[in-house]
Amino acid sequence: MSYHRPQDLASAYHLLAERAPRLLAGGTDVYASSEGPGRPDGAELLDITAIRALHGICPSPQGWRIGAATTWAEVAGADLPPALDALKQAAREIGSPQIQNRATVAGNLCNASPAADGVPPLLVLDAMVETGSLRRARMIPLRKFVTGPRTTALRTDEMVIAVHVPASAGKGASAFEKIGARRHMVISIAMAAARMVTRQGQITEAAISVGACSPVARRLTAFEKMLKGTAATRIADLRPHLEQELAECLSPIDDLRADAAYRAHVAGALVLRCLARAASGATSQPESEGEGP
Amino acid sequence: MTPAATWISLQVNGRHYRSCAPPDRRLADVLRDEMGLSGTKIGCNAGDCGACTVLLDGAPICACLTPLGQAEGREVLTVEGLEGVGLGHLQHSFLAHGAAQCGICTPGMLMAAAALLRRIPHPGPDQAQEALSGVLCRCTGYARIIKAVCHANDPRSNTPPPPERQAVGISVPRLDGMPKCDGSESFGADPLPPDLLADASCGPFPASLDDSLMVRAIRSPHHHAQFTFGDLATWQARHPGIEAVLTARDIPGRNCFGVIPAFADQPVLAEGRVRFRGEAVALVAGDQTAVAAFDPADFPVSWHPLPALMDCVSARAEEAPLVHPDRAGNLLIAGRVCHGNAEDALAGAAHVAQAEVETAFVEHAYIEPEAGIAWLADEGGKQVLIIRACTQAPVMDRDACAEILALPEEQVRIIPSATGGGFGGKLDVSLQPLIGLATLHTGKPCRMVYSRRESMMSTTKRHPARMHARIGCDHRGRLAAMVFEGDFNTGAHASWGPTVAGRVPVHASGPYRMAHYHAEARAIHTNGPPSGAFRGFGVPQAAIIQEMLFDDLAARCGIDRLTFRLRNALDDGDRTRTGQCLETVGIRACLKALEAPWKSALAAARSWNAAHDETRRGVGIAGCWYGCGNTALPNPSTIRAGITPKGRVCLHQGATDIGQGANTVIAQIFAEALGLPLSEIVLIGPDTAHTPDAGKTSASRQTCVSGRAALACGQSLRARILRRLNMGENAELSLSHGTIIGHENGKEARLDPTHLPPGKHGYVLMAEETHDPPTTPLDENGQGVPYAIYGWGAQMAEVEVNTTTGRVRVRHVHAAHDLGRAINPSLAEGQIEGGIAQGIGLALMEEYIPGHSENLHDYLIPTTGDMPEITPILIERPDPEGPFGARGLGEHVLIPTAPAILNAIRHACGARITRLPALPHRVLAAIRQAGENGK
Ligand SMILES: Cc1cc2nc3c(=O)[nH]c(=O)nc-3n(C[C@H](O)[C@H](O)[C@H](O)COP(=O)(O)OP(=O)(O)OC[C@H]3O[C@@H](n4cnc5c(N)ncnc54)[C@H](O)[C@@H]3O)c2cc1C
Ligand code: FES
Ligand code: FES
Repeated sequence: MSYHRPQDLASAYHLLAERAPRLLAGGTDVYASSEGPGRPDGAELLDITAIRALHGICPSPQGWRIGAATTWAEVAGADLPPALDALKQAAREIGSPQIQNRATVAGNLCNASPAADGVPPLLVLDAMVETGSLRRARMIPLRKFVTGPRTTALRTDEMVIAVHVPASAGKGASAFEKIGARRHMVISIAMAAARMVTRQGQITEAAISVGACSPVARRLTAFEKMLKGTAATRIADLRPHLEQELAECLSPIDDLRADAAYRAHVAGALVLRCLARAASGATSQPESEGEGP
Repeated sequence: MTPAATWISLQVNGRHYRSCAPPDRRLADVLRDEMGLSGTKIGCNAGDCGACTVLLDGAPICACLTPLGQAEGREVLTVEGLEGVGLGHLQHSFLAHGAAQCGICTPGMLMAAAALLRRIPHPGPDQAQEALSGVLCRCTGYARIIKAVCHANDPRSNTPPPPERQAVGISVPRLDGMPKCDGSESFGADPLPPDLLADASCGPFPASLDDSLMVRAIRSPHHHAQFTFGDLATWQARHPGIEAVLTARDIPGRNCFGVIPAFADQPVLAEGRVRFRGEAVALVAGDQTAVAAFDPADFPVSWHPLPALMDCVSARAEEAPLVHPDRAGNLLIAGRVCHGNAEDALAGAAHVAQAEVETAFVEHAYIEPEAGIAWLADEGGKQVLIIRACTQAPVMDRDACAEILALPEEQVRIIPSATGGGFGGKLDVSLQPLIGLATLHTGKPCRMVYSRRESMMSTTKRHPARMHARIGCDHRGRLAAMVFEGDFNTGAHASWGPTVAGRVPVHASGPYRMAHYHAEARAIHTNGPPSGAFRGFGVPQAAIIQEMLFDDLAARCGIDRLTFRLRNALDDGDRTRTGQCLETVGIRACLKALEAPWKSALAAARSWNAAHDETRRGVGIAGCWYGCGNTALPNPSTIRAGITPKGRVCLHQGATDIGQGANTVIAQIFAEALGLPLSEIVLIGPDTAHTPDAGKTSASRQTCVSGRAALACGQSLRARILRRLNMGENAELSLSHGTIIGHENGKEARLDPTHLPPGKHGYVLMAEETHDPPTTPLDENGQGVPYAIYGWGAQMAEVEVNTTTGRVRVRHVHAAHDLGRAINPSLAEGQIEGGIAQGIGLALMEEYIPGHSENLHDYLIPTTGDMPEITPILIERPDPEGPFGARGLGEHVLIPTAPAILNAIRHACGARITRLPALPHRVLAAIRQAGENGK
């Protein structure tokens, strides 16, 4: 039989190693990809949702651990500092309440859609993906985890255990923006996230990412560097530099949702919006190094 | 771990269940098929529509995406359990507010609402809008649903109004509404309803759906291809459980159908060549598991793809191959209306505006994919094929199936199931002949449920249009002439293409006066899906270009855009461009009704724009007219009613109610004419064995055509009763314990039906009346009387455009419609709201691309969050031809929406959108274009 729902990680690892099943979390990608009445595409399924250790968001001195089976609804309702606002905002934009109640953070990363809304916010949080298997445990930076459309660094016997946001990324404030052709339940034409730390109006740290405009969502590292030391109110002056980096690192495509030229244009606009919102969040915080977990 | 042998326990609606279904089955299927809880609907199996929403431990989820295994030990609440948890009043609120039209989305809406109400007993509209954002409704425009949810715990608003004597003009709740609100309604994919099972003439029944065979169609993955089958017999032998493999060779009758007999050209199962992606070539029938398990990719058919014509330009090119060899130039048919000399008049006009506009394929996206069941019944020793499926046109279905299956008409009986939305897409037959064929071959009941993809690929669409028009006026803005030319992509088969080609030239002027007019519309074949009927038959497309040019002309003349339309509006007694003299014309009243909101909206936009740069607001207006019923062709409706010996008044109402309200409106008209309370009327039908032909539910004809027949039927039955009572016209009738009582001038008379001999159909008194609207054929210049009745409307849209992202938000729509007489104002307003939702989709987001957007993930229709505030304004200028003066409304309501929105976008930011839908990237490009033009 082809459906397994182990209660503990060890059993899951064994099944993974022995039978190479398809992993199943909330099923919102797995089940949506087939239209028939029965089980999706006949694959053997390993359902990880009964494994206690994979549920919930845990703060620790090192940061935040988001268990692989944590749903977007749980993220949206969690008590998290403003640096993680972008993630919470993305959580509320994923599909509908019905989807958010089932879909998981890890599933979103593993599905590796170029339009996955979870990726840009986690990129600006320097997220690490923790994987496990019978043979090894790994911590992979998110930017290396998603390797292309629908591909990840996971090996066939591995699974994602958790997503970690390091304490160092818990500083400042962040924001997420997405654009689609309707209000709810819409795949992003483009989206962006930004996190910013300021001191006395000066940007001391900035992290920016753009999704759905390249095979894998990208951080804008050059522009981030340039923002350091700039006054938060002067961001718009640097727009030409932003445009330049976008032109260099994005490779938007034409599809039925929008054309490439539009994506390139709107990506810049979304980044600026996120920066403005993150800046106002960051400057309205008490002048400290931000809250630890 | 061998889950096959394990039982999965869960709580469902407070009861303990143990299921032995495989744990990876979709919870939605387990609820429906094993637990008999068919109130949970399946619209997409992909999380996109929310029809399957149930609560899992209190949280709304899509049961179609949830494996049974994950419900283990948890608590599931479905629509059937709402009453049990004290939420029955939510269902009553839905009924009272008219929140259910077709009812297919209702269970999902109720469940999403239940989760909200448990958290927030008195939510505001924004909270309700968010909470319901995961459930799509294609009928209502959401307004009444949101109201019903916000007022669910407000008992005053949920008590039904007391029964009234007067039936017409009252917003009685939909007569067929309760089953839609409690989840018991039986749609095409649901178990047979108890009243049907009680009808002995339908038996013997399939004992349960499990005893029926499942049918699946093998469909072309190519837009155009030749194909050959491999060894079908061997393939079948290798697949135990498959009982029949059927191809064109197995069709006993004519392998050809089409809604307009003279143009019928569509094979039920293609022979050697497919003309569009999704065309069926073979059927596989077998037991449920065998059919569910088989992989269509493994079916022995080989395809040889051929070049495909995907748009009118390539199809009209000189050397283009022909989709149908007998249709030169790939021209199915052209329609034209000519009046005066338009070219000369344009040459002499002070101002001439012109444009080219292109629209997309638009999908009906009803939430219920096609589904039904067929079986062989024994009617007094005669075998009858019964087909129960969702439909808009039972009699046309019967005639088509009889011809295809080579059966006499009386041996085919169509019993429409409840239909979960149609909008024109369920006028053509879809699965009816397929399940009929499989049943005839196997002798067993056969069932079919289209997947969402199959539904979208294989059924009709709104015609993509490529239109060019020029309109001229004088210095004062008085219209002089219009030239309109349009190519309408009718796809691979005729379907309703001829209707579109005929309707568009009649209507392309809009409801305005102009002396010179030349309009031509061509239906062009391509290898796209067949374009058929969709709310408005091409008129919504034509209205877009005409109303856009009016704004151009108003600007050139320097006059207000509403004034421009008023200056040119048709008036009572005017002639149309087909030469028809109209007694009552409602457009001026509709436009006048918008004057006050227009002025204040313009002022509001001005002051917003003075303070904002990135977001710009604009206001747009558009008018519409629409002839009700078939164009220049007979389209009779017959209604029968009778009184049983027990004194029950039965109304045989054959007009299918696809959510628009025919069951209620026609009963209201009948009750009013008869003079008995509506609550005494027993509705029968539709069923081709029990109801006379009330024609198809299309062309906004049911209220005015079937309604007229119902009026005549009610009057005639009343006359018969009065004769028996020996009373005059003014007698008051009532029913008491089966006795009819008449009161007149203080006198009372009684009629006890038990004493009368039952006649035909078992009635002691009976009436049957037919109405066919008086029309005349159009001559070669399109002159004549194409319709007996027209309906009128004007809408005003207020939008906000984000000039950085090109996103458009519609903020408010005022909709003034002259419907002659509002038989049921609440239902009429529901039609308006639903039509506006579809108009918003047409304007801003809907674009069906064959092979690409065959699901509700990529094909976007408006959600709760995309709807503006809507202010319906009902105008009642009675039409002498309509029942109690009523005109049609169903299609009118969506015609002005898209042009009003597009004109508002233009007003907001200068963007002149000539390719629909106005997706953000197109709006942004048009804003830039406008900027460059302005330099
Ligand atoms: C109607 C609808 C709307 C949607 N809207 C959005 C949206 O707006 N934005 C967006 O980004 N996404 C959207 N999605 C996609 C989807 O909901 C998300 O990608 C979701 O987060 C996936 O999580 P899941 O738990 O449901 O994944 P599943 O479907 O269970 O799995 C997804 C993939 O990840 C793998 N996987 C899951 N968990 C693990 C693990 N722990 N280790 C390794 N592999 C794993 C699975 O094998 C599978 O390949 C939508 C989906 C639907 C159906
Ligand atoms: S059927 Fe489940 S969301 Fe459409
Ligand atoms: S009433 Fe909502 S889809 Fe028909």
